[in-house]
Amino acid sequence: MMREISTKEIIKVVRNLCIDANYNLGDDVLYAFNQAVEKEDSGTGREVLRELVENARIAREEKVPLCQDCGLAVVFIEIGQDVHITGGDLREAINEGVRQGYTEGYLRKSACNPITRKNTGDNTPAILHLQIVPGNKMKIIFAPKGGGSENMSRVDMLTPAAGIEGIKDFVVKRVKDSGSNPCPPTIIGIGVGGTFERSAILAKKALLRSIGDRNPDPELAKIEEEILARINKLGIGPMGYGGDTTSLDVFLEIEPCHIASLPVAVNMQCHAARHKEAVI
Amino acid sequence: MSKQIRLTTPLSTEDVENLNIGDKVLLNGVLLTGRDAAHKRLSELIEEGKGLPIDIKGQVIYYVGPTPAKPGKPIGSAGPTTSYRMDLYSPKLIELGLKGMIGKGNRSETVIEAMKRFKAVYLGATGGAGALIAKRIKKAEIVAYADLGPEAIRILEVEDFPVIVVNDTKGNDLYKEGIKRYAKE
Repeated sequence: MMREISTKEIIKVVRNLCIDANYNLGDDVLYAFNQAVEKEDSGTGREVLRELVENARIAREEKVPLCQDCGLAVVFIEIGQDVHITGGDLREAINEGVRQGYTEGYLRKSACNPITRKNTGDNTPAILHLQIVPGNKMKIIFAPKGGGSENMSRVDMLTPAAGIEGIKDFVVKRVKDSGSNPCPPTIIGIGVGGTFERSAILAKKALLRSIGDRNPDPELAKIEEEILARINKLGIGPMGYGGDTTSLDVFLEIEPCHIASLPVAVNMQCHAARHKEAVI
Repeated sequence: MSKQIRLTTPLSTEDVENLNIGDKVLLNGVLLTGRDAAHKRLSELIEEGKGLPIDIKGQVIYYVGPTPAKPGKPIGSAGPTTSYRMDLYSPKLIELGLKGMIGKGNRSETVIEAMKRFKAVYLGATGGAGALIAKRIKKAEIVAYADLGPEAIRILEVEDFPVIVVNDTKGNDLYKEGIKRYAKE
């Protein structure tokens, strides 16, 4: 059954998601901080984790951004094939929602021209990932992404011979080489397979999971756990000051790839792991 | 062992020489802010032999690009940005008398060497704790490059601004020592 969704509604939903995501840290992340405080061996590491809990409380209560880096506006949209958008252009509606959210929510605008470095002024354009799905609803996931952790992310095209061990080594080395830069404790999104660009999108999508959610495939879930255990032996710790809590979780997503290829993408996510969603 | 120290800017050579990695420091007085774009401009002025719009002697630069202040607040959220992007510019500023830098993340060997040679320290603030850190900033005023928006150079008046010594004047590095101490393999 075809259903109409107005751009007016989309603008409002996106606006509110921008503000909600930046002010209110997910309960899964907060829970993970509190769990980590119990397990962390380093006193300084425990102090940092407690600061992060306190920071999230202040942000929530005072309605201010958790982090000054309110990110680029990454938006995933799953749009039902029976949805008819009325009142204008979908992409422009998303951008208008971002514009309103970042301005009215006192969020930092971090989007700029890559060559001239001139700020676009309103944090647009959004990085939009559109997917057509069955049905007549629209799911909007807003996942602002900070620059510090994004800069530590990498894609590599391994040889098929590198295999699963090659994948694990690549990810662990990436976390090790990133050290304190991506604001640990981090969350690691891994995309394996597809093409060059597809692996990176898979890695980004992996970060939309809640902490503790394992890949439903038990083999892949086991790999996630193995990589997490290896990362947390690196000793980097909260903010890189040394400790056992280097990453809070590892999420792996795979897709078929070319017989000649093994694309692997690691998308690093800082502890301000923000993502909120709404269904229209 | 780490200890807690209260310091007021501007910092003297003696102030920074007394600091060791892992020390918790509460900074008072004023901090300058600056990140990529501001550093680039300062660096260009130095290369051209021109004066800087701010006096950096004995000062501490905080690598931060805050969110817009809500009405009635001095500043928005204001946590540190990643420091390595300033590595290219820092040694010259240290040579000119800069005594401290606040940020997060690893510094290059060149910057660490400059800190050792000209006596300066690199201090870590908790990344992502922008809402918490903002509470210690009592006043903020743009003093140069207003056109850079969040990247403008500001003077911040701070009270007990919490940092940890990451690189001291002896060439030590908390990040390296931390890993040595806690790595399991």
